[in-house]
Amino acid sequence: MTKHTYSYYPGCSGQGTSMEYERSTRAVCEAVGINLDEIPDWSCCGSTPAHTVDHTLSAALSGRNLGLAAKQGHDCVLTPCPSCLTNLKTAGKHMAESETFKEKVNRLLDEPLETIPDTKSVLQVLFEDLGPDALAKKVARPLKGLKVVTYYGCILTRPPGLMDFDSEENPISMDKLMQAAGAEVLQFPLKTECCGASHGVARRDLVMRLSGKLLDMADSLGADAVVTACPLCQMNLDLRQGQVNSANNASYRLPIFYYTQLLGWALGLPDASLGLDKLCVDPRPALQSISANKEVA
Amino acid sequence: MRIGVFICHCGSNIEGTVDTAEVSRIARDYPEVAFATDTMYACSEPGQDGIIEAIGEHKLDGVVVASCTPRMHEATFRNTLERAGLNPYMFEMANIREHVSWIGKDREANTNKAADLVRMAVEKLRRNQPLIAKEFDINRRVLVIGGGVAGIQAALDCADAGLEVVMVERESTIGGKMAKLDKTFPTVDCSSCILGPRMVEIAQHPNITLYACSEVDGVSGYVGNFSVKIKKKARYVDWDKCTGCGECVEKCPSRKAPNTFDEKIGPGRAINIPFPQAIPKKATINAEYCIKLTKGKCGTCEKICPSNAIDFQQQDEIITEEVGAVVAATGYDLFDWTVYEEYGGGRYPDVITSLQYERLLSASGPTGGHVKRPSDGKEPKNVVFIQCVGSRDKSVGRPYCSGFCCMYTAKQAILTKDHIPDSTSYVFYMDIRAPGKLYDEFTRRAMEEYGAQYIRGRVAMVYPDGKGNMIVRGADTLMGRQVEVQADLVVLAVGVESAKNSPQLAEKLRISYDSYGFFMEGHPKLKPCETNTAGVYLAGACQGPKDIPASVAQGSAAASKVIGLFSKEKLKSDPQTANVDIKRCIGCGKCVLTCPFGAIKEVDFRGQPKAEVIETVCQGCGICSSTCPQGAIQLRHFTDNQILAEVEAICRF
Ligand SMILES: Cc1cc2nc3c(=O)[nH]c(=O)nc-3n(C[C@H](O)[C@H](O)[C@H](O)COP(=O)(O)OP(=O)(O)OC[C@H]3O[C@@H](n4cnc5c(N)ncnc54)[C@H](O)[C@@H]3O)c2cc1C
Ligand code: SF4
Ligand code: SF4
Repeated sequence: MTKHTYSYYPGCSGQGTSMEYERSTRAVCEAVGINLDEIPDWSCCGSTPAHTVDHTLSAALSGRNLGLAAKQGHDCVLTPCPSCLTNLKTAGKHMAESETFKEKVNRLLDEPLETIPDTKSVLQVLFEDLGPDALAKKVARPLKGLKVVTYYGCILTRPPGLMDFDSEENPISMDKLMQAAGAEVLQFPLKTECCGASHGVARRDLVMRLSGKLLDMADSLGADAVVTACPLCQMNLDLRQGQVNSANNASYRLPIFYYTQLLGWALGLPDASLGLDKLCVDPRPALQSISANKEVA
Repeated sequence: MRIGVFICHCGSNIEGTVDTAEVSRIARDYPEVAFATDTMYACSEPGQDGIIEAIGEHKLDGVVVASCTPRMHEATFRNTLERAGLNPYMFEMANIREHVSWIGKDREANTNKAADLVRMAVEKLRRNQPLIAKEFDINRRVLVIGGGVAGIQAALDCADAGLEVVMVERESTIGGKMAKLDKTFPTVDCSSCILGPRMVEIAQHPNITLYACSEVDGVSGYVGNFSVKIKKKARYVDWDKCTGCGECVEKCPSRKAPNTFDEKIGPGRAINIPFPQAIPKKATINAEYCIKLTKGKCGTCEKICPSNAIDFQQQDEIITEEVGAVVAATGYDLFDWTVYEEYGGGRYPDVITSLQYERLLSASGPTGGHVKRPSDGKEPKNVVFIQCVGSRDKSVGRPYCSGFCCMYTAKQAILTKDHIPDSTSYVFYMDIRAPGKLYDEFTRRAMEEYGAQYIRGRVAMVYPDGKGNMIVRGADTLMGRQVEVQADLVVLAVGVESAKNSPQLAEKLRISYDSYGFFMEGHPKLKPCETNTAGVYLAGACQGPKDIPASVAQGSAAASKVIGLFSKEKLKSDPQTANVDIKRCIGCGKCVLTCPFGAIKEVDFRGQPKAEVIETVCQGCGICSSTCPQGAIQLRHFTDNQILAEVEAICRF
């Protein structure tokens, strides 16, 4: 893969709750030759609340960011966060499909958006442009012996007409990347189930049940860790794992990684660039089991 | 020429938006028109009598009727002319219904257009010639393609009526899907008990020749005189010697071959006899899995066979059969459900198809009729049935209903209870379609007497719970809530699709097929088992999803059509054929090469090569006449002069 530069939209959670996702994404991209050119002065995509209030206003938030990206002159915008991606894609799609909608949104913007840049997840570019084979060649510390389940969440590949990536029912992109990094990927039947999303605040019982089901399945399959690609999923499974345990009378201790953290680890990147210390459930036992295996081999 | 013009009202169909009286008034001024009138229903008895009367009274020698499409009534009016003593080809039809009144609302514009179309017809008719149909002999043998229940019915009916029947079956046994079924709705009688004897009759009937493991390779000729090339596929066993003892099957060491008869449930062998009642009951080697044929070693069956029937040298063989009519009865295949990732996409062994379940229920199946689930051989207690898998789903390109899945699902729920009394069946359905005789009562019985739990809604996801069972999650749209059912076994009522390679077969037979590959009937209501090709008929699910009673009925109907055709002394050929003007023909041979039916041969005429049309073979497609650089080959009734006259009639300005 030749070095390619993309516009990069980090998203707000990357500045806070998922700082480690943001950090490891940058580190992995750099290591494999993907240049991320951060959109100057980007703003919030509106997350879930904006589009539940007003579609035009919500599209204007993303429209602003797309406009700034277009000026950078790259052909595509990348973001690690599935929720940001949904908003960027929805705004772009609706504006492209309807002149009247585009006009309505443009009226709200300082500068009207003319060419709408393409948008993709970092995962899609790692999977499609770099590819598992090229990745495998760069692996310095194979994740040998680490049993993981991949959890994509409900919006990374859905709705299929919008996201246009991987299978909406049985996605495999993270599986392939994890295998390339040397991990053993277990068949996880709940790959695209909902974790409860942002209901964690309003309806905690819901998240306890839904995330509980995910952890229970991962645990009963014998996974050492769960791999995610979404800040919200990661938070529900990791930060709330203690709550889930007490609500469900369970005692899971499953580390919940961002896939970029494990890829970075496999590529031999320094721990500091992967933010492993930010995880709530201690990932060290899982990571040590890899090293242990390596020493035996 | 004295031409009569009749403008039909078709009730209000035409008269509603066309001033027919005005059209007939205009037509009176057209050249050689001696008489013109409008008429209420030209095709009705008084309508036709009116035409006959006018022919006599006005000494007409040609007739134009402006009414509906010629597909509807051209034959009717040609008959009328014959009854009045005119040549039936001295007739033209102007379609002012489908092409005018049904598609436009402007009465004045419609009236003008109708008058123009009548002018075209008149100009064409002025150049028509009387044509005489030739008569030819019929070969009173019939080819039946496909040996499912529909084909069996058609073949036996024809054979019992004294006709010679050739049956071609793709698989190594006849019987089709019905042979794989355990019991049949709505009577729950044993499928092989009712089908078995019929299959034996096929084997024993003196009038029937059966080619199993064979396919139709090519068809030439025309109604009454088809010539059919049949490919007998290499089976590596000499069927004249094979006694069907099955010793080879037992000893064959190649055990990875798919057991297609058992729908890939249970073990298969490279050499196989599909089931005990197979007709013919002969062994066949699957070359792809045979160790001898792939690696050159083994040959166990050859050593063991007591009748020396194994023949590794056997090759495909082409034979030719001459027949007068063809019945296509190639049935259906099942939708490949693995596109549904939400049902596991084929990853979970305990999610199976309905036809696989029939094999599990069947006493001659891989489990001897004991329901055991594939993963661990456990007897399931909770069985979940999901209907409409690959039916009524636009997202997978199958918007149509497969017709019989509701019924067989109810049957399977009943049979599950019979086999495993302490079991519970759950059925996820969209609507229950049970319109046949005793059908609705049957589905009610499954619910009320056999306790099947019917849940109206689609299933969103099937997944293993990690503890050996499956979870089926779906919507209960009547209760307005989500349901989750724990299942030991999930059975998918997979939809019907056209049999593999149906379009290719249709092209060989020169019949039409729809966008899903089902063969097209001659008319959706009035010609359900005819096709648009004379002498080719349809039976069973090859025309669209059909259950057994409907397939059998259509098998008999197709047979009666064949018998009717063959009851004629001779058949009349269509005189609308190509014809070579020998003076203009330069013998270039282009038409010989271009004719798709091989209807033109080169002949020697006083030392010069010339083209000659074999009239009985010519289908009147007209390709040759547009190919001929000299305009020497012309299609009778559609000559260049006739078509140009029509063009000039509407392009007058
Ligand atoms: C699970 C299940 C349960 C069912 N249960 C019932 C029931 O209880 N009652 C009921 O009424 N119906 C039932 N049906 C429907 C029943 O199977 C069909 O109605 C019936 O099989 C249709 O008969 P057919 O002869 O038209 O087609 P098929 O049975 O499909 O037979 C077609 C034959 O043609 C052969 N063939 C195909 N292509 C070619 C070719 N190119 N050249 C030569 N041969 C070819 C095939 O090998 C096959 O032998 C059930 C169906 C399923 C899937
Ligand atoms: S030669 Fe082929 S068919 Fe015969 S026993 Fe060996 S593998 Fe089976
Ligand atoms: S019209 Fe010509 S090309 Fe067509 S079938 Fe007849 S001879 Fe052949």
